[in-house]
Amino acid sequence: MAIESDVLVIGGGLAGLSSAISAAREGADVRLVTYKQSTLRQASGLIDVLGYTPDGEGPLTDPYDAIPELPDEHPYRLLGEDTVREAMSMFDEVADTYRGGHTDVNALLPTYGGTVKPTARYPEGAAAGLASDDRDLLLVGFEAMPDFDAPHVAAHLEAAGVPFDVRGETIQFPGDLMDDAKVTRYAKLLENNGPVEVRGRERGARDALVERLNPLIEDEGRIGLPAVLGDADAAGVRAALEAELGIEVFEVPATPPSMPGVRLEDRLFEAFDEAGGNFESGNPVVSFDGQDRVETVYVDKQNARIPYSAEQFVLATGGLVGKGVESDREHVYEPIFDCHVEHSEDRYDWFDEAVFGEHPFAGFGVDPDAELRPLDSAGSPEFENLRAAGSVLGGYDFAAEKSGSGVSIATGYHAGRLAAQEAQ
Amino acid sequence: MASTPHVLVIGGGSTGIGIARDLAMRDLDVTLVEQGNLTHGTTGRMHGLLHSGGRYAVSDQASAKECIQENRVLRDIASHCVEMTGGMFVKRPEDSEEYFQKKLDGCRECDIPAEVISGEEARKREPHLAKDIDKAIAVPDGAIDPFRLVVANAASAEQHGARIETHSPVTDLLIEDGEVVGVEVEHKSGPGIRVHGTEGGTEEIRADYVVNASGAWAGQIGDMAGVDIEVRPSKGVMTIMNIRQVDTVINRCRPKGDADIVVPHETTAILGTTDEEVEDPEDYPEEQWEVDLMIDTLKELVPMLDEARTIRSFWGVRPLYEPPDVGSEDPTDITRDFFLLDHEERDDLPGMTSIVGGKFTTYRLMAEKISDHVCEQFGIERECRTDEEPLPGSEDFSVLRDYMEEFGLRSPVGRRSVERLGSRADEVLKTDDPNPVICECEGVTRAEVQDAIEQSGSDLNAVRIRTRASMGNCQGGMCVHRLASELHDTRVDGQTFDEAVAREAWDELLQERWKGQRHALWGQQLSQAMLNYALHATTQNRDNDPADGNPIDFAAFDAGSDASGEPGGADVAADGGERDGY
Repeated sequence: MAIESDVLVIGGGLAGLSSAISAAREGADVRLVTYKQSTLRQASGLIDVLGYTPDGEGPLTDPYDAIPELPDEHPYRLLGEDTVREAMSMFDEVADTYRGGHTDVNALLPTYGGTVKPTARYPEGAAAGLASDDRDLLLVGFEAMPDFDAPHVAAHLEAAGVPFDVRGETIQFPGDLMDDAKVTRYAKLLENNGPVEVRGRERGARDALVERLNPLIEDEGRIGLPAVLGDADAAGVRAALEAELGIEVFEVPATPPSMPGVRLEDRLFEAFDEAGGNFESGNPVVSFDGQDRVETVYVDKQNARIPYSAEQFVLATGGLVGKGVESDREHVYEPIFDCHVEHSEDRYDWFDEAVFGEHPFAGFGVDPDAELRPLDSAGSPEFENLRAAGSVLGGYDFAAEKSGSGVSIATGYHAGRLAAQEAQ
Repeated sequence: MASTPHVLVIGGGSTGIGIARDLAMRDLDVTLVEQGNLTHGTTGRMHGLLHSGGRYAVSDQASAKECIQENRVLRDIASHCVEMTGGMFVKRPEDSEEYFQKKLDGCRECDIPAEVISGEEARKREPHLAKDIDKAIAVPDGAIDPFRLVVANAASAEQHGARIETHSPVTDLLIEDGEVVGVEVEHKSGPGIRVHGTEGGTEEIRADYVVNASGAWAGQIGDMAGVDIEVRPSKGVMTIMNIRQVDTVINRCRPKGDADIVVPHETTAILGTTDEEVEDPEDYPEEQWEVDLMIDTLKELVPMLDEARTIRSFWGVRPLYEPPDVGSEDPTDITRDFFLLDHEERDDLPGMTSIVGGKFTTYRLMAEKISDHVCEQFGIERECRTDEEPLPGSEDFSVLRDYMEEFGLRSPVGRRSVERLGSRADEVLKTDDPNPVICECEGVTRAEVQDAIEQSGSDLNAVRIRTRASMGNCQGGMCVHRLASELHDTRVDGQTFDEAVAREAWDELLQERWKGQRHALWGQQLSQAMLNYALHATTQNRDNDPADGNPIDFAAFDAGSDASGEPGGADVAADGGERDGY
């Protein structure tokens, strides 16, 4: 007998969680199934809505202003500005550790590559790093952490024209951590003020770090570190550091695995749980039953096929990175329902010659109608009760536009709400 | 004639660098100029096969004999560049029995150790071979790292006093009274170790003798002197797999054909190749069907290749040459032998010799012959020692040991570093500073990267060929910015690489890595490409780097909600206004 729910969401990334939360808030009985770890841990944890237009205009100060000018097939155009705003407001309620909701205007945040990027919401732990803030800035990196080379990032930010002085210093993280210690190890040590050995003496890692940071600070009003400042209690770690250092502390999001991404994922799962949703992870959805409607999907559990049925389904399996869109030498396809994915037959048309050129592959995904139902090649919904959200959608290049999180949240919100309304 | 003749070598591929080393070891004064990086041309674009000679044992026995001879020499003098994988010529049911026998006889005639093994035995050695392979001939093929080999030759040449100038294309030959007396080069950036951002310039380098070892470009150098060198460039594609599906070299045992070899190489396997004449060695089509042909044909030998992940494809150009009277129609018929064209004898133009044709495996022998010829020009007799004297890094290969403890490296990282560095491992890896892994796919540590920067300056592509950093699964997605950071603020030869230099090198490597990956964009590699794109464009905003122009009006953006007690920026959100608590 199948496991039943009103709404079944497939995928546990930003889009899946947004749609699950939104459906649950509508009062539906929602279940979320997700396979592997989501791509949130590969993302910065910043929430972009729109940083650049598809023509490359930007950085945009107000992302909402640009929505009416987007191409027809862009997910934001399907939803409309108001829906995008409602979705962001749901995000603001749920992710209460995020900032930026006080204004429509984009923020500029320093990146680990030394540039700045426009983003709509940022974790409170990144707030003191705003690039439009003109307080001088000290960046500190750790010798054994090659992803964030503070003097290089500082020099790059200066070349980017930031309106403040910025200096970078590199120190050794207290204690003899292995050179390949994971970021979670740093985060835990700082969170627990865990013991490390410094010159033959056992110390708390956070205390020892403060001692190394203090002499570096000159006149700066803020200090930026790689995003390893705690795991579950990042705010506590930051507060402790700020109390000792006497200046504001922030994190610069770094390469995967991203602590800010992981923290956001944890927070959203919590929120979904609080809203009464069920979720399970670790097993893939591999197939389905149904003709005009999806009746049941099958989850592969150690070679057993477990049926899950629902009134409404949301496909939030991700794009090429998350494997919600796959390809072989001849085709690009959506692997679960085989929804239509528009692409050239010649795979040499899938990319541009320049590394940052206009890459058609970046727009691969299913094309939906206004209700976010994926359309077949003739333009009719593939299934009455299947909606898609997030990177599995085509028609936009989130990397170039800096719109990935916003599209995921907005389409997730919309798909979840519609699914819940129809299921009840 | 001066007692120390000055020889100028054009071309920093295996042949040119071999000549430079040989002549420098014979105490001649040598300058080598190369238009790009070392290995920029053909050498850097081969499948890394150390021939046993088996491949030529039927069609070209003279080449086959040279191959097995040099195979033995290189195992000895370049042990840290060679992996003796062994090789097999495998026969499929549809391949000719007669040819199989000919191949076996040919190997024996050329003194190539060859053993016939059953299909079953072949599959025991290589479990992923097709089930219907009849039998195979096992031969001592190997894998060789052309980058490491050329770099070691260059290091040795420099130790013997040679001057090596990369990124310095020859713009003219200096000819006086009907004799070649030197070259004019253009330094793409300042002379010496390559530096971005420093203005280059032209330099006239006078020499007593010029050796044109520019391979597929030899004809273009000849044109500068008004002599005709009919090199016939022939392209071949190679497709790189993300893992080694086989650990020995797999050749198909049939007369000739495209897509008939798989070479295990470091962490990858390389599928090769095609053979098609092109007009211009710099500019030729790189086509989808060539990549498909590799996979579709070689899966007949190793079926799992059909589903396997390719990480990129690249094309190389063979500098084939045949004497004018032969006139082969098909490039596969052109001999792989090399030719020494003394332009004094041939064209009445003293002062220069060109070397054309040949094979990577016999580069040292070619260098020896041409160095003999150069010495002859000066009437000096000095013995070649390159067949005995190990290359730097291969002096004492017993150093290959477990470096995990000693350098605090994880075991596979330590093992791979030591394999790459050979006997230079101690010198490079002994550091008191943290030595984290910079390139995780290939296990390249900071110490190796810094060592490569010291050798090659600000060119991250040159760092790449010395270390393999950015050559693994992610094709630089995770490490290119780290490499740029390693470059930043590093001081080499009195020059400190600033942020602008690091950024330019970063962009260049990113684009170079993209170039070959384009030919592998489906399946997992397309997924990887999207991730790389997202990391660079979304997370770092490198596609809109304000440092590259387009200044930003910072004041127009969110200044934070509590910086001045007032919300920053322009509008208060329409969806409920300001929130409390911060």
